[in-house]
Amino acid sequence: MEIATKKLLLEFMVTTQAKRKRKNIFANLVLSILAILAVSPLVAILGFLISKGIGALSWEFLTSLPAPYGESGGGMGHSIVGTFILVLFASLLGIPVGFGAGIFLAESSKESRFASIVRLCAEMLAGVPSIVVGLFAYFVAVLPFGGFSAFAGGFALSVIMIPVIARTSEEILRLVPVHVREAGLALGLPRWQVVMRIVLRGSRKGLFTAVLLAVARASGETAPLLFTALNSRLWSFSATQPISSLPVQIYTYATSPSEEWHQQAWGGALLLVLLVLGMSLFARFLFSGKKYGT
Amino acid sequence: MEHNGSYSGHNGSYSSHNGHVSLVGHGDNFESQTILESKDLDAWFGSHHVVKSVSLHFFSRTVSAIIGPSGCGKSTFLRCLNRMHEEIPGARAKGVVNFQGKNIYDMFSEPANVRRHIGMVFQKPNPFPAMSIFENVIIGLKLAGVKKGYVLNDIAEACLKQVGLWDEVKDKLSAPGLSLSGGQQQRLCIARALAMAPEVILMDEPTSALDPISTARIEELLVELKKTVSIVIVTHNMQQAARISDTTAFLLSGDLVEFGRTGEIFTNPRKSETERYITGRFG
Amino acid sequence: MSSSLSEKIFRTILGAFGVFIVLLMFSVAIFLTVGAWPVIRHGLSDFVQTQTWNPVNGQFGALAVLFGTLVSSSIAIAIAAPLGVGAAIFLKELAPARVASVFSFLIEMLAAVPSVIFGLWGFFVLAPAIRDHVAPIFYPLGEYVPIFRGPSYGVGILTAGVVLALMILPTMAAIVREIFSAVPQHQREAALGLGSTRWEAVRVAVLAPSKPGILSAAVLATARALGETMAVTMVIGNRNAVSLSLFDPGQSMASLIANEYAEASDSRHIAALMAVGLLLLVISLVVNAVARIIAKRSAAKWK
Repeated sequence: MEIATKKLLLEFMVTTQAKRKRKNIFANLVLSILAILAVSPLVAILGFLISKGIGALSWEFLTSLPAPYGESGGGMGHSIVGTFILVLFASLLGIPVGFGAGIFLAESSKESRFASIVRLCAEMLAGVPSIVVGLFAYFVAVLPFGGFSAFAGGFALSVIMIPVIARTSEEILRLVPVHVREAGLALGLPRWQVVMRIVLRGSRKGLFTAVLLAVARASGETAPLLFTALNSRLWSFSATQPISSLPVQIYTYATSPSEEWHQQAWGGALLLVLLVLGMSLFARFLFSGKKYGT
Repeated sequence: MEHNGSYSGHNGSYSSHNGHVSLVGHGDNFESQTILESKDLDAWFGSHHVVKSVSLHFFSRTVSAIIGPSGCGKSTFLRCLNRMHEEIPGARAKGVVNFQGKNIYDMFSEPANVRRHIGMVFQKPNPFPAMSIFENVIIGLKLAGVKKGYVLNDIAEACLKQVGLWDEVKDKLSAPGLSLSGGQQQRLCIARALAMAPEVILMDEPTSALDPISTARIEELLVELKKTVSIVIVTHNMQQAARISDTTAFLLSGDLVEFGRTGEIFTNPRKSETERYITGRFG
Repeated sequence: MSSSLSEKIFRTILGAFGVFIVLLMFSVAIFLTVGAWPVIRHGLSDFVQTQTWNPVNGQFGALAVLFGTLVSSSIAIAIAAPLGVGAAIFLKELAPARVASVFSFLIEMLAAVPSVIFGLWGFFVLAPAIRDHVAPIFYPLGEYVPIFRGPSYGVGILTAGVVLALMILPTMAAIVREIFSAVPQHQREAALGLGSTRWEAVRVAVLAPSKPGILSAAVLATARALGETMAVTMVIGNRNAVSLSLFDPGQSMASLIANEYAEASDSRHIAALMAVGLLLLVISLVVNAVARIIAKRSAAKWK
């Protein structure tokens, strides 16, 4: 480049300095406002939940059945128990199948055609809208058995859990370094023992996290329960009867005309959020580093 | 770039207070204009002290090499010279770096302005992947507000010619920068730096990712370039330093061990550590 | 037991789990198709072009819910995309580490909040706010521009879109952040080395090569919005009609199913809801696939 051009260029660039700096400051400002906007809904939602819901929480709320329409008092004890039962049923099917599929995916080679079909199906399954899962569960677990049931609700939730566990556990098992497997194989252990005894053991915290995330997700699901577990106003411990759950009960109360029930909905919502966020927080705390062997 | 007189009326932000410094004790008086100098420069990563009170001169129109074993702080030192070091989270620097007599660590000095005068070429060729060869060369000017097409075309051609890439790419200027070979990519990156008309270009092991033939081309290029721009190069390759540089500084664990004319350093080092390093006994 | 036999058994058991996943996915599609058969055997084109949905006299058309789903999801992504990308840029590229980790944590927590909670908040807090404070601003405009025609009842397409935006925002922000993380540091330094400002370096070195990835993230987030059920059901207003005004109540595919399925007794009605479900499934899977294809095409740029 000619010396003269160079000099002109440098002088020109000095003239634009201030403008560029202003643009930079402006962009920083706009982006930080966007970031604040992005976190404000959480703060707003939590704030409302606490301010409206805290008043509803009481021993009675946690342990009793709903009061009859128009009467104050009563609680969501049956929904709390119901949520636990539903998630338990879901876990009985969802955790073994999810892990099985996760281990299968992690143990099969990247080139395997069948494994890539399974992986694709797991990803598609995760993309199925939860209301569609509800329709499916209605066909598979409600119609043939002649009615809404806790079992059907648990099945629907397990379909939500399975792809979550499968994909997360595959990811976690893939973090296991090759030399760990090789060390096991070098001891003369068959592959299945290496997997079951060494690989899974070393990843147990990560796998627990996968379960925790799936359970947190399932506990908050409403749509798949609407026409599988339905709802109930009574204590229920039976697999074959309709059962209440926190999310469905919140929905029912929120869309009712009763002011007392709105109160109950806020209380239930606070409880549900504490439960779900608590589990997510715990999962995050357990598995912040994403490293093998921790 | 506006072509109607907006060139005039502004002086560069740096006046020339170019000092004259001589390297005493080196036989014939090596004397040249100092363009860049560090004074008691320290740098840290977190609590890790990686550059310890280094004072060094770099002369106009020369190639200055910084050598030393890996981890000696030579790259960090180099990155302090255009305030790139501070871009890494947890990294900080203290001390004075005078460019044409002005401290770039002055509180009124903008890192962006500093880097417009003191360009940089990195270890790995890093053209912007979403851009064509042409766009890669002129992106700095474009950001600076140069808009006239013929100005950009002229400068792109001049810079690509300067790095010896013009004949190879003139028919495919709109091809992606990443379509070039590694050595070509690195020359493209040098052209990208040259387009900003910097006074100094800092090079952080620019040939370590390249094959020997591409390396040789870049070395020839640097010797050619020093006619118009001052070059500071960090290298772990001592033969490279010996081949192309005018002065050499030897750093060891963050300390400056020795600095002098390249010929002197390699034939007649004053410190035993330097001698042991250049004869390959450690590092 | 010989080790090769045990190996075989192990592989077979694992393979069975894989088969189960494939069967599960296929049976979801098959059961829905079977359930919807009475409606879709006449062809879907009539079904998706009919606006009337009247269970009482047995008229079933999906146009209104298709419209409600697409419009509410479009509003959602129009809000969530700039917010998510902006937040991701700020957190990954500009903010001090401590601020970034707090904000990221909050956004991650937002992702864990159940749908019904968004619905509750949207119904009791956001909807009245839109009715009383946002909609009146647009009423004068509504005389000329039908999409702003009032009055607002609070619940409606716009409210659903805003709630959906909040729900897909964490997805958007998280994926975009991942994409930015994949951009090597030397790219940013290359831009800074040319004397660019921070913002210019972000634009040139980070945003420009991430465009396909951001597009893929937006498509993926839209897919989530399309199928989102509870929150939408609670705030969209549940009226099966196509209406141009954003303040009018509407209905989405998912909310229609949620509202009517438990009470549907007539077999034509059930089949029609199944057909809506099938339509929703197909749209979700296609949109998800599109996102994946874009992501694959743009991946593996960095060596």
